[in-house]
Amino acid sequence: MKTTQILIAGFGGQGILFAGKFLAYKGLLEEQQVSWLPSYGPEMRGGTANCNVILSDTPVGSPIITAPDVLIAMNLPSLQKYVDTVVPGGQIYVDSALIDEKVARTDVEVFYIPATQMAKDNGIATLANMIIVGHLLQNNPELSFEGTDTVVEKLVPPKKAALVELNKKALTLGKEYK
Amino acid sequence: MAVVFEKPKSLADIPLHYCPGCPHGIIHRLVAEVIDELGIEGKTIGVAPVGCAVMAYDYFTCDMIEAAHGRAPATATGIKRARPENIVFTYQGDGDLASIGMAETVHSAARNENITVIFVNNAIYGMTGGQMAPTSLPGQVTQTSPYGRDVNHCGWPIKVCEMLSTLEGPEYITRVAVNNVKNVKNAKKAIKKAFENQIAGKGFSLVEVVSACPTNWGMTPQKALEWVESDMLPYYPIGVYKDRSAAKEEK
Amino acid sequence: MAERVLMKGNEAIAEAAIRAGCRHYFGYPITPQTEIAAYMAKKMPKIGGVFLQAESEIASINMVYGAAAAGVRVMTSSSSPGVSLKAEGLSYIAGSDVPALVVNVQRGGPGLGGIQPSQSDYFQATKGGGHGDYRMIVLAPASVQEMASLTIKGFNLADKYLMTSMILADGTIGQMMEPISFEDAEIETYEKPWALTGTNCEREHNVVNSLYLKPDELEVKNFERYERYKIVEENEPMWEEYMMEDAEYCVVAFGIASRVAKNAVAAARAEGIKVGLIRPITLWPFPKKALLAAAEKVKSFICVELSMGQMIEDVKLYTQCKRPVSLCNRCGGMIPSPNEVLEAIRKAQKGEC
Repeated sequence: MKTTQILIAGFGGQGILFAGKFLAYKGLLEEQQVSWLPSYGPEMRGGTANCNVILSDTPVGSPIITAPDVLIAMNLPSLQKYVDTVVPGGQIYVDSALIDEKVARTDVEVFYIPATQMAKDNGIATLANMIIVGHLLQNNPELSFEGTDTVVEKLVPPKKAALVELNKKALTLGKEYK
Repeated sequence: MAVVFEKPKSLADIPLHYCPGCPHGIIHRLVAEVIDELGIEGKTIGVAPVGCAVMAYDYFTCDMIEAAHGRAPATATGIKRARPENIVFTYQGDGDLASIGMAETVHSAARNENITVIFVNNAIYGMTGGQMAPTSLPGQVTQTSPYGRDVNHCGWPIKVCEMLSTLEGPEYITRVAVNNVKNVKNAKKAIKKAFENQIAGKGFSLVEVVSACPTNWGMTPQKALEWVESDMLPYYPIGVYKDRSAAKEEK
Repeated sequence: MAERVLMKGNEAIAEAAIRAGCRHYFGYPITPQTEIAAYMAKKMPKIGGVFLQAESEIASINMVYGAAAAGVRVMTSSSSPGVSLKAEGLSYIAGSDVPALVVNVQRGGPGLGGIQPSQSDYFQATKGGGHGDYRMIVLAPASVQEMASLTIKGFNLADKYLMTSMILADGTIGQMMEPISFEDAEIETYEKPWALTGTNCEREHNVVNSLYLKPDELEVKNFERYERYKIVEENEPMWEEYMMEDAEYCVVAFGIASRVAKNAVAAARAEGIKVGLIRPITLWPFPKKALLAAAEKVKSFICVELSMGQMIEDVKLYTQCKRPVSLCNRCGGMIPSPNEVLEAIRKAQKGEC
């Protein structure tokens, strides 16, 4: 039985929910059990946003994550709020372009990616989220980077077709980031 | 022997429960005559209010529903949206339409909901025994305004036709009365037009019928009709307040 | 098997309703159920249906009343404070014996409360809400798939028994996405000779009405209605049992609370505690028999709820107080963690409840 609980948190507008949707959709296409739970309410309008994604090969129990295996923190308040909830041996992804603070815990793996800066530099300013997702998939063979193109193509609505290539580019940037 | 006068088919042949001298009987009859004349009895659905006319569902022979207090226009909306081919009318009093149901009234008018509203204004809550209504006149004595309606305390009467005619939405807003033969004849014309508008798909038509309540006004039926002329009609003048199609034709 | 798609719980309700043949939706905006209205607003005009945003919750439920009386499948949806406003219409619909589907995606209360998930409208849904003697069929989905399947079921039951089916969901199930597959909806159709269709001058007029001024007539009406309710209570209770075969302790939870509870039950089992879960799917009719049967074999019950403890009263009632029942609850939009529930199970095992 393999279950991965991923908590993604940041500001509204950073594509937090979309990143989660991407992971959930990827799980769906790979015949996994998945759940995607967003925060909702006033925080959607510019405040903090987070989303819980669970990928599992057995039916998902509670969709609410209290102890994530993976935390993606895209702003400082989110990192501070959730850093201690990550399970020992878990992973934390930090957008180091926006967060100066280092994680003090030594029982987790921490990846610092200046995603927002990378996105800006590559002309895809709104896609820092997908850079981190790309890196996350690269680091976790059981989640696997493979198949991301299909997910992007399925997930980006036809009206915004231009975003397909940009999303792929962001994922690749994340994948190749050392 | 030739039959020279009979009940409209759309009105059941049973005694009405209304008080002696109450014009509800006249107004019911006018509505039923119009339904008969337009040949729409078989496809008409009526919505009864809460108020004196609550049992109108027993009197009209078309399909009927009894709505919650003030909600007749909403219930009528549900019916009309489900069955656009049917003819849907509401029959409401002043407390029902202009107080507890004001939101439903205004919004169904604003949507130009294709229904016909018969609004009976007798300036009092009749069924509950004569309390102050949203249309009770300044100074009018009722059970809940025993010293006369004090507008500084409980506000002014609402002139429904004047108010609704400010909306873009409705097709036809008119006020009639049933206090004399001439007015009764004109009332019927207005009611007929309100139904014809619906048949033609023109939208929301409301006929305010200035009526009387001898029992709760504490008057004889004849005196009550005089009071309609002397007190009610000056405050609620008869007339067409909005007629979109006629206005268009003029242009 | 139909294709699996990822869908929000609220959207699943809307799509399922359409598949169940519902073409009339009346509603008013309120968080956290707005996706239902949005979905309907988008879809209905394209399939010849009606989406209408009403001026109020009160108007919308009375539009539902009208459309239901006219014989069509009709629904509205709202969240807790909005459902309070609909109480009037729910009572009229019950008193007039017309079928409707009403969705409550619950949020914390009382008053304006909050917008986060809650189960504190259990009393309102199962014990009344509106005035008078009446019942609603109350269905409590615990997954996005059930949001869809119970919506379809709800329409069928409403038509079958001429009453309101309420989908009692919560903000979490409404907002979350899970894979869902739409099998061909099993639409049961029932004749509606009572419906307002116009007499066509061929029959006596139909009257849809809840007014009976003669007390003996009203009493008979109520007696008749409760005879029908008795059949519902006999035939329609639905529940899920999880690890109950050898259970010594029984967790009772519905909706999102049952999802959390399942995790806790699995964790407790890993510790060697013989615990199981009964998840009522219909809250009315309550699965009385399942609870009473469990009371014959378990040592105690743990009721997990997102309220100050509402379903617990039914658990005590229908287990006839044969065993102690403890409460593990959060409210106001808070959700207990699996660990909190696990702790409650451990306490029960120690006899501390």
